[in-house]
Amino acid sequence: MTGSHRTQAGGRIDRQKKINFTFNGKSYVGMEGDTLASALLANGVHLLGRSFKYHRPRGIVAAGAEEPNSMVQLGEGAVTEPNIRATQISLYEGLSASSVNVWPSVEFDVSAMNGLFAKIFTAGFYNKTFMWPRDMWIKLYEPVIRRAAGWGKAPTTSDPDIYDHMHLTVDVMVVGGGPAGLSAALAAGRSGARVLLIDEQSEFGGSLLSLNRQIDGKNAAEWISETVSELAGMEDVTLLNRSIAFGYYDQNYLCVLEQRTDHLPQAMRKGKVRQRVWHIRAIEVVLATGAHERPLVFANNDRPGIMLAGAVQTYVNRYGVLPGRKMVIFTNNDAGYETAIDAKAAGANIAAILDAREEADGELIEAAKALGIRILPGYAITGVEGGKRVKAVEVRKIQKGAKVYTSAPERIACDLVAMSGGWSPVVHLFSQSQGKLHYREEEVCFVPGTPVQKQSFAGALNGSFSLSACLEEGAKAGAEAATKTGFTAKAANALKVDEPAMGRIEPFWIVPGARPVGEGGAKHFVDLQNDTTAADIELAVREGFESVEHVKRYTLTGFGTDQGKTSNINALAILSGILDKPIPKVGTTTFRPPYTPVSYGALAGRNLGDWSDPVRITSIHDWHVASGAEFENVGQWKRPWYFPKAGEDMHAATNRECLAVRNGVGVLDASTLGKIDIRGKDAAEFLNRIYTNAFAKLGVGRVRYGLMCHEDGMVFDDGTTARLAEDRFLMTTTTGNAAVVLDWLEEYLQTEWPELQVYCTSVTEQWATVSIAGPMAGKVMAKLAPEMNLSNDDFPFLSFKEGTVAGLKARVFRISFTGELTYEINVPWAQGRALWEAVMEAGAEFDITPYGTESMHILRAEKGFIIVGQETDGTTTPQDLGMGWIVSKKKPDFIGKRSYSRMDTSRTDRKQLVGLMTDNPSEVLPEGAQLVFDKNAPRPMPMVGHVTSSYYSAALGHSIALALVKGGHSKMGETIHAPLLDKTVTARIVDPVFYDKEGEKLNG
Amino acid sequence: MLYIDCPWCGKRNETEFHYGGEAHIARPEDPSALSDEQWADFLFMRKNLKGPYAERWCHSNGCRRWFNVIRNTVSHEILAVYKMGETPPDLGPKKGEGV
Ligand SMILES: [Zn+2]
Repeated sequence: MTGSHRTQAGGRIDRQKKINFTFNGKSYVGMEGDTLASALLANGVHLLGRSFKYHRPRGIVAAGAEEPNSMVQLGEGAVTEPNIRATQISLYEGLSASSVNVWPSVEFDVSAMNGLFAKIFTAGFYNKTFMWPRDMWIKLYEPVIRRAAGWGKAPTTSDPDIYDHMHLTVDVMVVGGGPAGLSAALAAGRSGARVLLIDEQSEFGGSLLSLNRQIDGKNAAEWISETVSELAGMEDVTLLNRSIAFGYYDQNYLCVLEQRTDHLPQAMRKGKVRQRVWHIRAIEVVLATGAHERPLVFANNDRPGIMLAGAVQTYVNRYGVLPGRKMVIFTNNDAGYETAIDAKAAGANIAAILDAREEADGELIEAAKALGIRILPGYAITGVEGGKRVKAVEVRKIQKGAKVYTSAPERIACDLVAMSGGWSPVVHLFSQSQGKLHYREEEVCFVPGTPVQKQSFAGALNGSFSLSACLEEGAKAGAEAATKTGFTAKAANALKVDEPAMGRIEPFWIVPGARPVGEGGAKHFVDLQNDTTAADIELAVREGFESVEHVKRYTLTGFGTDQGKTSNINALAILSGILDKPIPKVGTTTFRPPYTPVSYGALAGRNLGDWSDPVRITSIHDWHVASGAEFENVGQWKRPWYFPKAGEDMHAATNRECLAVRNGVGVLDASTLGKIDIRGKDAAEFLNRIYTNAFAKLGVGRVRYGLMCHEDGMVFDDGTTARLAEDRFLMTTTTGNAAVVLDWLEEYLQTEWPELQVYCTSVTEQWATVSIAGPMAGKVMAKLAPEMNLSNDDFPFLSFKEGTVAGLKARVFRISFTGELTYEINVPWAQGRALWEAVMEAGAEFDITPYGTESMHILRAEKGFIIVGQETDGTTTPQDLGMGWIVSKKKPDFIGKRSYSRMDTSRTDRKQLVGLMTDNPSEVLPEGAQLVFDKNAPRPMPMVGHVTSSYYSAALGHSIALALVKGGHSKMGETIHAPLLDKTVTARIVDPVFYDKEGEKLNG
Repeated sequence: MLYIDCPWCGKRNETEFHYGGEAHIARPEDPSALSDEQWADFLFMRKNLKGPYAERWCHSNGCRRWFNVIRNTVSHEILAVYKMGETPPDLGPKKGEGV
């Protein structure tokens, strides 16, 4: 069986190529060229799922991206994907899909009883019904509702598919490959411009694929294939089908999702890129995105078998499928008649055409009459029979403008209703590009207003629904766009088109019932995906939500994966009727990217795992790895965190490492420190303005620690700077801040003081740095550099020397972040590993101990040295840190100086840096813990500061902490408390220098 | 994503640039001569205009040069690009409003 509902001939399917697939566990056969939706309809399957809120049975409504209902779970295991529209799935051999939102099965769904409780599920039900009591919300309401409202299942294993990104710049990008888009691309392409044409469907042609039309005396299909092959032959034209533009951003930046393998059987996808996101920059954009048909709003208009008329026409003409054998057409325009004529020609029985207009005449109406089709002018559907499939409709003559109907009903049996409420141009992308919409009374639709970027519009998007207008506008827009980008283009002569004349459309927003809408059992659905009814919109207005944005949020209409493609305008029009305001005055909601859902895989592309972010490693990294170091990320750098020996945890390892530095010698890879080479005749003057302390008179060969602040006086970086020569300095910055500091220096040099002759160069990755620290550091150094005079007189603290270390040309700095005698040896980056190994060898007899960042942090905290970003947070001044000594009083000006006399920075109750010693020596406070003076204060307790750093100090045999405390500098010796979840820890406020207060160890 | 015309490199994606806030706010020659109000004005107060707005950008991941841009903060249209130290171009009474 290849489908009980297949037509005899025609369509763009290959009847010879059968495709096997399963839906909800049942096997079916479709044909090459089918979508999952068309293949199911060909097999007579309409019931695809259950609705979101009421769990009502739902079927296929549309034939494309606008489909609100038929979302399925596609595929199994790692490649399963929830909520994919059956109308957008190209059928492939072995496809397996199932309904979402059903339990236990689509035929019998337990949650359908939600429909029985419909009264409590009205608009805003989340906000109102389940407010209180709070316990019930946590235990009952939320879990139950979440389960019942679930939409498909996310895969539980990681995505095995490959995704990538492409970047492309073009002169003209044409979005939409229907008649307007094809002729736009042709006109632009013929000029020689770089053109990109994209279309979401499996083949180009758009609406032409669904309509019987003649162009230039040829079948539309022939014109499409000639046009596409001419475009394909152009060197600078790129054609992308199965590609959907999902985002339109500033300055003609568009993102396109190309589905490259989703239409292939699983076995043929292996090793191929599944989806590709194209990042397009176009000089000119031609939007030819077409239009979506609108449903009509009537009682129980959600029953399976009630479809859009244009979709029915598409299934008949393009897919060779008769979605029903006995159809009722319900329309407010001429297009519904063409559906009836095409369906009848394909073998369907047309029970009646209900035309909401009292008067209708014209070519198509005459043609329908000539075929003997029963036409009921001024009629509407007032009731629907059938639950899982429409069985019959109740129709009545409707009085224009009446709130309730009056005439007697007639029952018409049918298995399909094809409805047409007019057309809504696909303005989403234009709207995303920040454009404002304009309402066209005559066509009853919103169209793009004034272009807001370098863009133009063609075809149905403009409200120009005839084929001849689409072709003409497309050619014109394409030629103009190419001309604007500097090419010579002109629109080709108009083509002769054979198409029926379309009459006027009459707005018809809601069919009245026996009682006012919302009273009685019938539901008039506006948004099928979100189960929003006309009554919900009325309720929202009654409860005071009148702005269209509020109504949207209160009723959920326009949300979901279809973003209200079929529902927005109906909702708006119904709202306008209730408010008695014209539609344009009610306004529209905002369309946001993505136009259709995009998978995370596609957005991530290849930026996964090791490629998700650059990893920076030092030239000594491999040694650390081989030695079993644990690493921590510092910015993009991998730094050894600690070097555990067998059986050691972090605590044991850092205790050992710290004691080695305090009592023997330790070695640290400090290569990641930011290093900036600063040159020029004004370099000293420049540093004098950048740092808070004096640099102008720093002698050549000397080193100075400096603090950098912003103009508001807050600390933002620190480090040491050495004067290499009269006009040359080497600045170090914190590891994570190197790029920011360089930007900062450049900003001042370029924008404030361009007269200074100073040049900055990042040399972070030019120098590897090995830091040897501890009382034995001098002995190791003496072995490494026997020719270097290491005496304190010749090589004092805060100076540097150039010389040979371990046979390598090196710069050695005497600075210290541990308080111990320290030599920081710098060698060219590539020689870092050689230096490190030489140090390890020379230090072996002193049991030299490699240590990582954790021990470095403990050692510096023992000395009360700050770490920018840990002891500071952008609201901390040098004075707050007790570092007033580093802020020059003599310099007339430097960055930050003026701010220290501001009222706020001179307050005495500012948070100031102090040390904390817990009463219990082994209690390590959590970093970030809030502090209070009075542990018995009523809640909320007045918080007076927080712990910034906290460690166990093996050298002191006691835990230590640094903290910022209100007025802390004047509270030495006082008690403070840290209320934690399970206990309150008491500590004493002390000087932040815990170890070697006199600095006696600096010289070994 | 903005498409910014670096005066040295040409048009590049916004991701290559850093934003530097409102342009033409010169650091005072002698901050010590300013009152607290005047200094606070320099530190914190910005026009934050709706419409054409002169602002600074740095081509951080390119030539590392700072320059000025006039951008319409409503439409994000970039109306002019000019180097540091240059005076803003005259965009006419309509476009240049508020610069
Ligand atoms: Zn540049």
